[in-house]
Amino acid sequence: MMPSTLFHILLLLAMPPLLLGVINKTKAAFAGRVGAPYLQPYYDLAKLFRKGSVFSSTTTWVFRAGPVVTLAATLIAALLVPLGNHPAIISFNGDMILFAYLFGLARFFTTSAALDTGSPFEGMGAAREVTFACLVEPTLFFILITLARMSKSLSLTPMLIYPSPAVWVSAGASMLLLVGALFVVLLAENCRIPFDDPNTHLELTMIHEVMVLDHSGPAFGLILYGAALKLFVLGAVFVNLALPFKSGNLLVDWVAFVAAMLFLAVLIGVVESVMARLRMVRIPQLLVAATILSAFAMLLIVR
Amino acid sequence: MVALADQLLVLVMLINFIMLGSSRMAFVIRAVAAQGVILGIIPGLLHPFSGHLLIITASIILAKGVVIPYLLNDAVRKAQIRREVEPFIGYVPTLLLGAVFTAIAFVFAQKLPLAPEHRDLLFVPASIATLMTGFLILTTRKKAISQVIGYLVLENGIFIFGLLLTEAMPFMVEAGALLDLLVGIFVMGIVINHISREFSTVDTSQLQTLREE
Amino acid sequence: MVFVWNIGVDPVCSLLWAIALIGLSGLPGLLLKRPGPGQILSVCITTCAALWGMAGVLQILGGAPATRYLLDWPLPFGPSELSVDPLSALFLLPLLLAALCCSLYGLAYLPAASQPAVEKRVTLFSGLLLASMALVLVARDGLLLLIVWEIMALSSWMLLMTDQQDLQVQRAGTVYLLATHTGSMALYVFFALLKGETGSFVFPAAHSLALGGTVTLVMLVAALIGFGAKAGIMPLHIWLPGAHANAPSHVSALMSGIMLKVGIYGIIRAVSFFQQLPVWFGWLVLLLGAVSAITGIALASAQRDLKRLLACSSIENIGIICIGLGMALVGIQSGDRVLAIFGLAGAFIHVINHALFKPLLFLGSGAIIHASGTRQIDRMGGLSRILPRTAPLFLVGSLAICGLPPLNGFVGELFLYFGAFSDGMLADLPVIGFVAPILALVGGLAVITFVKLYGAVFLGVARDPELAHGHESPLAMLLPMGLLAGLCLLAGIGAPLLLQLVAPVVIQYAGVSPLLFTQVTGAVPLQQIALLNGLLLAVILVVWLIWRFLVQRAPVAASSTWGCGYLAPTPRMQYTGSAFSELITGLISGLVGSQGRLSGLSGAFPASARFASVTTERILDQMIIPSLRGADWCLAWLRRMQHGHLHLYILYVFATLFFLMVWSQP
Repeated sequence: MMPSTLFHILLLLAMPPLLLGVINKTKAAFAGRVGAPYLQPYYDLAKLFRKGSVFSSTTTWVFRAGPVVTLAATLIAALLVPLGNHPAIISFNGDMILFAYLFGLARFFTTSAALDTGSPFEGMGAAREVTFACLVEPTLFFILITLARMSKSLSLTPMLIYPSPAVWVSAGASMLLLVGALFVVLLAENCRIPFDDPNTHLELTMIHEVMVLDHSGPAFGLILYGAALKLFVLGAVFVNLALPFKSGNLLVDWVAFVAAMLFLAVLIGVVESVMARLRMVRIPQLLVAATILSAFAMLLIVR
Repeated sequence: MVALADQLLVLVMLINFIMLGSSRMAFVIRAVAAQGVILGIIPGLLHPFSGHLLIITASIILAKGVVIPYLLNDAVRKAQIRREVEPFIGYVPTLLLGAVFTAIAFVFAQKLPLAPEHRDLLFVPASIATLMTGFLILTTRKKAISQVIGYLVLENGIFIFGLLLTEAMPFMVEAGALLDLLVGIFVMGIVINHISREFSTVDTSQLQTLREE
Repeated sequence: MVFVWNIGVDPVCSLLWAIALIGLSGLPGLLLKRPGPGQILSVCITTCAALWGMAGVLQILGGAPATRYLLDWPLPFGPSELSVDPLSALFLLPLLLAALCCSLYGLAYLPAASQPAVEKRVTLFSGLLLASMALVLVARDGLLLLIVWEIMALSSWMLLMTDQQDLQVQRAGTVYLLATHTGSMALYVFFALLKGETGSFVFPAAHSLALGGTVTLVMLVAALIGFGAKAGIMPLHIWLPGAHANAPSHVSALMSGIMLKVGIYGIIRAVSFFQQLPVWFGWLVLLLGAVSAITGIALASAQRDLKRLLACSSIENIGIICIGLGMALVGIQSGDRVLAIFGLAGAFIHVINHALFKPLLFLGSGAIIHASGTRQIDRMGGLSRILPRTAPLFLVGSLAICGLPPLNGFVGELFLYFGAFSDGMLADLPVIGFVAPILALVGGLAVITFVKLYGAVFLGVARDPELAHGHESPLAMLLPMGLLAGLCLLAGIGAPLLLQLVAPVVIQYAGVSPLLFTQVTGAVPLQQIALLNGLLLAVILVVWLIWRFLVQRAPVAASSTWGCGYLAPTPRMQYTGSAFSELITGLISGLVGSQGRLSGLSGAFPASARFASVTTERILDQMIIPSLRGADWCLAWLRRMQHGHLHLYILYVFATLFFLMVWSQP
């Protein structure tokens, strides 16, 4: 048990930037470029932690606290998620509610830090971030309720470890709807295409990128790492749901999980290369569509 | 004792007529004060002596005979009224109407199913007659002070009826009635003052111009 | 856990004395000539009385037997009864706390030295308001309740009209008076029917009234309208934003934090009389709660006025409490005890929580208004420099009201989520499962609203350079805010304590055994969440230390905010509060809208133009006002009787009397 838990923690802490690297490599491959090395995000983090900081004169302690609280909340949320077949480090009834609300806490501080700079760019990004996240919340909870009903439990670990090939066969339609809705949630919460373009820094296309425009040095490193960790955590939830493969062997499970996460990163990269960012007015429509999909999945299960 | 009270009620009804026929403000106020004092004495004649009764009698006489006339005179002085303007239907027709109403009151009292001990007394007719006089004053006079006086007469009429009802009236009810009267007069005095200041007249028929249209 | 204090005094008696003292605390100020000592004296009296009362309340919640007191007075309908049971005690606890905090706050907010006449009036009526609210909670018969209900309404109106020269205040006061008396009319119907059916005004024992279908229906609807109008449930909420926004800040805190709860108490008490409720009633309450929650926070997110925003958010919180109540009623109807426990526990915990963080926010708003001189969010900014100690306290309040861990708002919503999930899991009432996404949506909108509020007011730079350059709040204002913020944190981290407080009430009203209660609520992982909250704070500390270490290793510089190369940024370029919420307001334009008027733009080079925009409310503008106008048109013919002739009016009365006299002839 102990080495497995240790590996769980290590994977949790160390793998997230790798996902970003894989996504970038995928996008480069689509564009016919070689692209940055797989480990580039690690080098970026190391560089950022060495750099000096510039703080704007309009900011207060909230600006400095923003990245800190965001990362801390994401770390605690990460403790609640099972990776592959391995249960979460902390698991109890109702932890999924805490999971969702921890992200809410992180969002509160990120957006407050953005408003602290007194710049219209950050304000714009913050406004969009809170609005789209607000539309994502009901989808997430519909998904959670459906999973709770299917797995008859109120904890993330049993809920996510529950889907097995048998479940897919019997409730395939709703599982598919859930997986689709969850993918939309994944992309929306992590500000990937089609909701936001993580590459550009023009105000017209940014949600997340513009909110953190004014952070520098170690704080920006914390933000980058936090974003990668959030992607990893939500990706783990998605992978658990989408891949029902569970063998008894611990090693095989871990390998399968890591491979699945890397595949997810490739998938995100493919989506980013193939689609363009949606027009701002279409994004709420897509989010509401995801809500309706997940509500429909719940109705299918409930019936 | 009841017979004496009965005679005093005749005096009360006479005062009604005096008020209907008079046009001088100060005189009318004195008349209504006198009516109040008489009505304050009557409970003392009807019920056996007790401390409670003494307090009631004293407070009624004080309120109706001293405080209220003082407030009214004060209002009259501030608004500088001397006489009543010609009422809507003239003094003589008002007196005639008062007489008709008093007669109706007596007829009506005969028809009512009263308790045997109250049947031959003047209480019920006097009360209804005073009530109607009060309404008459309220309806036909124009000056605001006259309307206050009409209200006072109305209250007196109700008080006479209340004299019949219980052996010893509960303190709460009487105190409540007295307080209501005092406050009402006080407020009306202030209002009259304000009306006269705003519109430089206390002719209440002019109040129609305030109507929202 | 049972609090047993053998101080030898009957808790109900000490509570009644405390209420009496609080009610009369404004009198010394009236009698003393010099302004100042009277206010301090009233604060001391209120504080001591509140502490004394809270001791009594905790005793009753801990299980001490409550005696009944008879008020034998010469009013008709017999003597009135007063008593305290766990339900009343639960609502009295935040009332006494708020009394303490708000009276202390008033010492610095409305100091007697600067405004002697106003202060005397406010102190007197605050005491009366608190005492009348407490008496509503303590009354055990309808007559006493109606009397103190009226006193409560009138004293809160007097407090509302403190700034009576302001036109907005006058309008808000008129609407408030009309709305509260409409509610009172419904209450008269309710208590009249009660008297008619049971023969007396005394409250029947719980679950003892078994009346016919129609009477029960009418009584329940009357109770819902009467008490719901006071609580601010949609669609009876129209008085709430205006009233709470225009009252002085500590009065708004009392009205929003406590008076709304008195309405909720009334609903619970009225509903508890009946043995058998109609099936649809629980669903109705649930639906009203959901509608209130969503529309309330949607309204709040679009407001530009600081206190109107907080008032609209109170509608949302009342909606959440009603969702809990509705869930509990549905659970009791269908025999689902688990749902009933979760619903009631969530509702009651949220009652306490809301009474902690809403007054905190309103008191903070008072400090903000003092420092900036305005209530318009769009003109503020950068106030955390002027108010360095108020800002973190306000942040605690904002986090708590959004229901974010590690604070107390999360605990109440957790119970409601458990109720929704547990029933979503079982086959019986899966519709309840929809409560969870609704709560999530409401939570998301709350985050929008309070990030907007906190960010636009405290962060950034002042948007209007002519803003009053205020100063930090004095200690008398900071102390109550700090106390409330500390309690929010304590309630969040020590959530099991909250559960202990509401346990007796839930057990009584859900009709369950204490064993079942412990079993069911044991499923809610309060200890683990408390542990994780602590872990969260620890991790925040660790990450912060790491960050500090990294920052101090390298050079740190200060500069102006990066503006993408723009050379002359001004404070006016910041996102204002209404800009922040514009996106969501556009999406929910069915509920709340923004009407803009643009004038002056013409030609190629317009010299100057004006833009004004105002927040509109769809329900009010397109449902309630047109229906009132329709009623007005229907009754217009009655206007002809209002010709303005005073004498004819008196003649009407005389004629009616005369007619009755003739008609009654045998």
